[in-house]
Amino acid sequence: MTGFDTTVHLIYLACATCFVLGLHLMNTPATARRGNQLSAAGMAAAIATTAAVLAWHRESTGYALLALSAGIAVGAVAGAVTASRVQMTAMPQLVSLFNAVGGGAAAMIALIDTIEHTGPLADLPLQTTLTIVLDVIIGGVTFTGSLIASGKLAGMVPGRPMAVRGGRLANVALVLVMLALAVPFLTGRGGVAVLFGLLAAALAVGVLGTLPIGGADMPVVISLLNACTGTAVAMAGFVLDSTPLIIAGALVGASGAILTKLMADAMNRPVRAIIAGGFGTGDEQAVGVDAQRGTVREITVDDAAIQLAYAGKVVIVPGYGLAAAQAQHEVVALAQALTDRGVDVSYGIHPVAGRMPGHMNVLLAEANAPYPQLKDLEEINPEFARTDVVLVVGANDVTNPAARRPGNPVSGMPILDVDKARSVIVIKRSLGHGYAGIDNELYTDPATAMLFSDARAGLAALLAGLHAYAA
Amino acid sequence: MSALLLADITIFVLALLVGFEVISKVPATLHTPLMSGANAIHGVVLVGVMLLAATATTLTGYLLLFVAAAFGAMNVVGGYLVTDRMLAMFRTRRETSS
Repeated sequence: MTGFDTTVHLIYLACATCFVLGLHLMNTPATARRGNQLSAAGMAAAIATTAAVLAWHRESTGYALLALSAGIAVGAVAGAVTASRVQMTAMPQLVSLFNAVGGGAAAMIALIDTIEHTGPLADLPLQTTLTIVLDVIIGGVTFTGSLIASGKLAGMVPGRPMAVRGGRLANVALVLVMLALAVPFLTGRGGVAVLFGLLAAALAVGVLGTLPIGGADMPVVISLLNACTGTAVAMAGFVLDSTPLIIAGALVGASGAILTKLMADAMNRPVRAIIAGGFGTGDEQAVGVDAQRGTVREITVDDAAIQLAYAGKVVIVPGYGLAAAQAQHEVVALAQALTDRGVDVSYGIHPVAGRMPGHMNVLLAEANAPYPQLKDLEEINPEFARTDVVLVVGANDVTNPAARRPGNPVSGMPILDVDKARSVIVIKRSLGHGYAGIDNELYTDPATAMLFSDARAGLAALLAGLHAYAA
Repeated sequence: MSALLLADITIFVLALLVGFEVISKVPATLHTPLMSGANAIHGVVLVGVMLLAATATTLTGYLLLFVAAAFGAMNVVGGYLVTDRMLAMFRTRRETSS
């Protein structure tokens, strides 16, 4: 190993250290930004070092360098523009889009490596062909899967579970095709055409696999796809024998795996069931009041506003409906007005509130909700017994007391103990079901009053009512 | 199995373990920036694409190189910028409240 190569390896090691330390600094909100900047600095150093490697070895053709720099320029501008313009509510689809292009790039590394391989492919050792195959399959599935997920989150692809006729059968067939193509390639008999066939099958699996998954399951799906991209990048690292790719890929794979587990636990659903899809979306429109057994008490905006105004302690429980209606500014304005009146206000945030892990915190942060008011599940649950009014905005299953009993779809799911409060006001468009597809017993509780409205309109009306009646 | 592959697998497994250890300590509040930041880290795929520039000699290779470089650069630049934007909000919120 020459001195130059040694230096390059040491710099790559320093970059990988920056990634780990950067993730470590994400432990607290106070240091998180510095962590991300450290990680970015490591990335810049890795890219600059690689540019130096290309310049040092002078093996690249002029066209290759042109293609590379043109690609980087186009991608950097596209990334910078979308990142600086995106709304915080649109964050999940953008993260999903960046995830897609990362997976796509990882798959293409295997393609380029194979296409440009000089000499017969049979010369490649099994470890290279195996990682090439894995890279193309995982990267391909992640690419289209993330694109569909991004489209669903952006509303360009319908969020409801789309059952493709014979979709499961088609997926099984495609997996068999992939196996049939992978075997000859692994033994060095397949050519580039086989690899393209594998890619096509993987792309199709990504589409067919993501379409049947409902909108409310998205926090789990994008975590899972994130883990897949990490793995694909690590595989690309094995193909190229490049340590920074292996380390970074493994880190992302671990992060995605942890988030997938956390989200699936918080939704009380096995990951396997979510991938199978077709459960529900939390997006359903009015189903009708008669779906509910027991009596439901309705409340007018004015009564609700007065009740909130004269409460001592209010907990706001924001859910998927608030994120979907983009009502974060309205809810924070209402909370601020209540705080100004001397009401003790806090937010009870369930882990799966919003459309990706932790999304609700970002939305409330954007609307400048004071940090000490944001409480997670463990923090807020003991406080409900001392709470006068809980305002539930667009959250459903995560407040269903049925979860404490065995024998129903939400059994065992960690919930917010909203029913322990003195009174509850639920802002919801209808009595429609959440993704679990069962009645919410909270709604027929005598302490609960329903305010049927869109989250945004309802919160705005409450604020107006607060100013009018309790000035 | 070559010594090189063994070394690579070792690195992979150890990095996975480090990842689990570091990331399980991140609070739920920061899960979105964490995912977005991790997303930016896998933009390191751009380094791999750049290394391949040394081998590309065919038209298909050049085209794929262009697309892969664009994808990778978008991943890196967009990922870090958007994470920074999110975390800036958390920072100011913390500072104004204390």
